Amino acid sequence: MTYNWDWAILVREPFLGWLIAGTGLTLAIAGLGWAIALTVGVIVGIGRTVANRPIRAASAIYVQVFRNIPLLVQMFLWYFVLPELLPTAWGHWLKRDLPAPEFWTAVVALGLFTAARIAEQVRSGIRTVPQGQTQAALASGLRATQTLRLVVLPQCFRIILPPLTSELLTTIKNSSLALTIGVLELTAQSRQIESNTFHGFEAFTAATAIYLAIATLVRLAMRRFEAGRSMPQAKQAPPMALREA
Amino acid sequence: MDAFDWGAVPAALPFLLDGMQLSLLLLAVGMLGGTALGLLVALLRLFGPRIPAAIAAAYVDGLRAIPLVLVLFWFYFLVPLAIGRPVGALPSALIAFVIFEAAYYSEIIRAGIGSVRSGQWQAAQALGMTRGQTLRLVVLPQALRAMLPILVTQAVILFQDTSLVYVIGLRDFMTATSISAEEGGRLVEFYAFAALVYLIVCSAGTELAHALQRRRSA
Repeated sequence: MTYNWDWAILVREPFLGWLIAGTGLTLAIAGLGWAIALTVGVIVGIGRTVANRPIRAASAIYVQVFRNIPLLVQMFLWYFVLPELLPTAWGHWLKRDLPAPEFWTAVVALGLFTAARIAEQVRSGIRTVPQGQTQAALASGLRATQTLRLVVLPQCFRIILPPLTSELLTTIKNSSLALTIGVLELTAQSRQIESNTFHGFEAFTAATAIYLAIATLVRLAMRRFEAGRSMPQAKQAPPMALREA
Repeated sequence: MDAFDWGAVPAALPFLLDGMQLSLLLLAVGMLGGTALGLLVALLRLFGPRIPAAIAAAYVDGLRAIPLVLVLFWFYFLVPLAIGRPVGALPSALIAFVIFEAAYYSEIIRAGIGSVRSGQWQAAQALGMTRGQTLRLVVLPQALRAMLPILVTQAVILFQDTSLVYVIGLRDFMTATSISAEEGGRLVEFYAFAALVYLIVCSAGTELAHALQRRRSA
């Protein structure tokens, strides 16, 4: 195997700038996508546990649809198909006038895809909170929404913190799919360096190292955040329950 | 907005079916190869000497921290370099899927083995079985039953992930869809069709996983 090593390429311009820009975009897509995912995911997750039948059914359909279509297909649906289905003026706005349409499409696609997975975690978290908690809260005069907001959800979030951490890591990795609609995030930049310089080894090593660093930082941060917040019984849960599903 | 022309989809079906065959090949190889290698890695982590166990752990954590798209690029770049001549995208993709999936399967298998109660080990060894026999005849069969729903869920995720070979231009179902869509300028029809096919196949898989889970906890 003959290969010309040149690690200095990584700190040479424009390649260093590409990697930095790519890392920034990866973090931005993942961060904004995560915000959408948490918001929608919590609402849909609660929706799956309420007594109201139509809301329950709609939430279940949301989860089924967004979880069972590959993220790549969802990206294409939002990017290529949605503008065609909307009234002409709206489609035009999405394709032409919206600044950075690829970026925002990737954020929305990633956010709504991840929301389905978070909804499942929230639903199982709510179920794990003992019934007695709800009964006691209702008996002491709290309304149903107060019970949910003040008693059930705080415990639910503490229970699902570990799986949420792994969902966050998955979201960062999944943000790489933005490259399929032309966003030059970290993976795309490393690929671009490879095709420009034929130094794939160095380029992909750099991207790998940056992803590893991001994952390590997120894990450390979440561990600090979890300390003192995680539920005692969550620690005893079998390891199978913590697997991302 | 032009009128939709769904007729283009049936016309492209043979081409799409070829793509689906490749998707299923990737799924099968990823599952079988990933499980075999994953079992090896899990056993190494659980029972291996310290240094190989640490290497196995680093392999799992490292691969789980990077995106599959990057792994595909890595192997698309490395495999021809290692072999010394250009090979198609398929061998690279197959190797990438086995190595990537093994990291995830090893975690499932490790958790599955961990879920078998220690009394099972003690009882088997009290009967005079060796550690290897205990693992093979007592622990793994029970672990496998415990893992089955998650293995099915993982297969659904893997099947969705096979669509990512699009980034290295391999003609799986997704890439075939994309080619047909671009050719006829029928993006809406083809991508909607692809979404529907994935939705049906993956929903069936998810339903199976739920049924297995219910049967287990019943």
